[in-house]
Amino acid sequence: MSARTSLGRTIAAHAVLLTYTLIALFPVFVIVINSFKSRKAIFADPLALPMPANFDLVGYQTVLKQGDFLLYFQNSLIVTVASLFFVLLFGAMAAFALSEYRFKGNTLMGLYLALGIMIPIRLGTVAILEIMVATGLVNTLTALILVYTAQGLPLAIFILSEFMKSVSKDLKDAGRIDGLSEYRIFFTLVLPLVRPAMATVAVFTMIPIWNDLWFPLILAPAEQTKTVTLGAQVFIGQFVTNWNAVLAALSLAIVPVLVLYLIFSRQLIRGITAGAVK
Amino acid sequence: MASRKPVRWHIAVFLAPAVLVYTSLMIIPLFGTLAQSLFNKDAAGERVFVGLANFARLFGDALWSDAFWNALANNTWFFVIHMLVQNPIGIALAAILSTPRLRMAAFYRTAIFIPTILSFVIVGFVWKLILSPIWGIAPGLLDLVGLKSLFQPWLGKEETALTTLALVSVWQFVGIPMMLIYAALLSIPDEVIEAAEMDGITGWSQFWKIKLPLILPSIGIISILTFVGNFNAFDLIYVAQGALAGPNFSTDILGTFLYRTFFGFQLQLGDPYMGSAIAGSMFGIILIGVCLYLFGIQTRLRRYQF
Repeated sequence: MSARTSLGRTIAAHAVLLTYTLIALFPVFVIVINSFKSRKAIFADPLALPMPANFDLVGYQTVLKQGDFLLYFQNSLIVTVASLFFVLLFGAMAAFALSEYRFKGNTLMGLYLALGIMIPIRLGTVAILEIMVATGLVNTLTALILVYTAQGLPLAIFILSEFMKSVSKDLKDAGRIDGLSEYRIFFTLVLPLVRPAMATVAVFTMIPIWNDLWFPLILAPAEQTKTVTLGAQVFIGQFVTNWNAVLAALSLAIVPVLVLYLIFSRQLIRGITAGAVK
Repeated sequence: MASRKPVRWHIAVFLAPAVLVYTSLMIIPLFGTLAQSLFNKDAAGERVFVGLANFARLFGDALWSDAFWNALANNTWFFVIHMLVQNPIGIALAAILSTPRLRMAAFYRTAIFIPTILSFVIVGFVWKLILSPIWGIAPGLLDLVGLKSLFQPWLGKEETALTTLALVSVWQFVGIPMMLIYAALLSIPDEVIEAAEMDGITGWSQFWKIKLPLILPSIGIISILTFVGNFNAFDLIYVAQGALAGPNFSTDILGTFLYRTFFGFQLQLGDPYMGSAIAGSMFGIILIGVCLYLFGIQTRLRRYQF
């Protein structure tokens, strides 16, 4: 392919990708540049870049005076990372059991675990709240981590078992002949091979957890356990006509998840190149 | 070899943690809700078993069924737009991205995925601001290309609001099909591609004849994920149009209908029993769709081991 890749095709590929990149980033760009401008400049010329003449940090000052955003970030980070860890570990283990072994009730178990993809866990909110009240977990981050782990597992198992089915059987059998235990086969042979899928699942699991508004509002609305999405929503509700503050709050809510994603995105690339199923 | 098969404890060990967490926090609460759809209050406010009466009201009693069928139709349109716009764009972007030795591929991939990581709070508000006739970004942009007369308050008109929101949702989620297809394309072994090149199959015909059949299982997964995601959707409509899914319920989908019924809004009190019936109907719709896929399509897909 390399020698024959025509210049024209490369240019066309870049043109398409660049166009779509602009569409994807434009709204974010508009919000971030306007968050640094004075109120008058926001309305007079929304597309102008922040210049010394219209530069104003009043939005950020309002936000930082109002809420404890640093604590909210910390809460969101703890909840997201912990849930992600449990979803990936438990999910990969269950997916391996389902895709590797033939046992009675395998299909049934697969369907049972896939049920959760179909029904939003929110439909069970009232019962979940009752459980949390009974166990005294209301207003703790543990409650959120448990719910998000349950929420993320079905999809993780579904995707991972699809990928694990394409891991070569010979490799695993070779491991068995060498006397590896089933646990060693899973952790040292299969897991490294499905790393791209794991990274993909990680990104998909992380997003709804970080962005969820529902469960923080119901299970952990206390000041010490507020997540950043809930914090931003409450803030926007209070300051809806203060555009400076709203735009600054939106920008602040975008940045951390962006950083988290960029970290995982590296992992994703490394995983895909190093672990590509051979 | 022992003549009797030993108990394979490792299977239980692998399954136990996931099954335990999942059962106690998802299945039990969900079935609590489904059971509740078979009950209602009698005149004295006592909880009584009513069988399928709630569902009969939901599908047949004009007071409920108008809203229900409206929400179902809107939801179907929402899904159709995703299938026709989001998934083809996602597959096309992934195909272009996976061109070998494409420069800046990592940058494009990261950038195009960014809308997907944003919360509904941000996405809903950002697009409301951009499409707002007051702030004037959308009219201003159309003015640049001389099309200002085309501008309308899309989110405020009954005919266009739902399509606009569906397209906003497409904008937000196109990264998901792109990523999954991209990962699938990268996992096609070099030998297969090299063999195709030996036979003189390159470029687009290589994509259609070699790669597309190999990634069909992934496309299947994406379609079913889109279906499930769309019929569970709620947040974007809620953030952009509120629980009343205005204007005049034109953007009402099953999720917002359920929310209004279950938790109440403004002056109407929440009705957990009818809410549970709506939840049960959503469950049924999704179950039928997923079964059609699992038994009708997935079993016919060929899976290749490399």
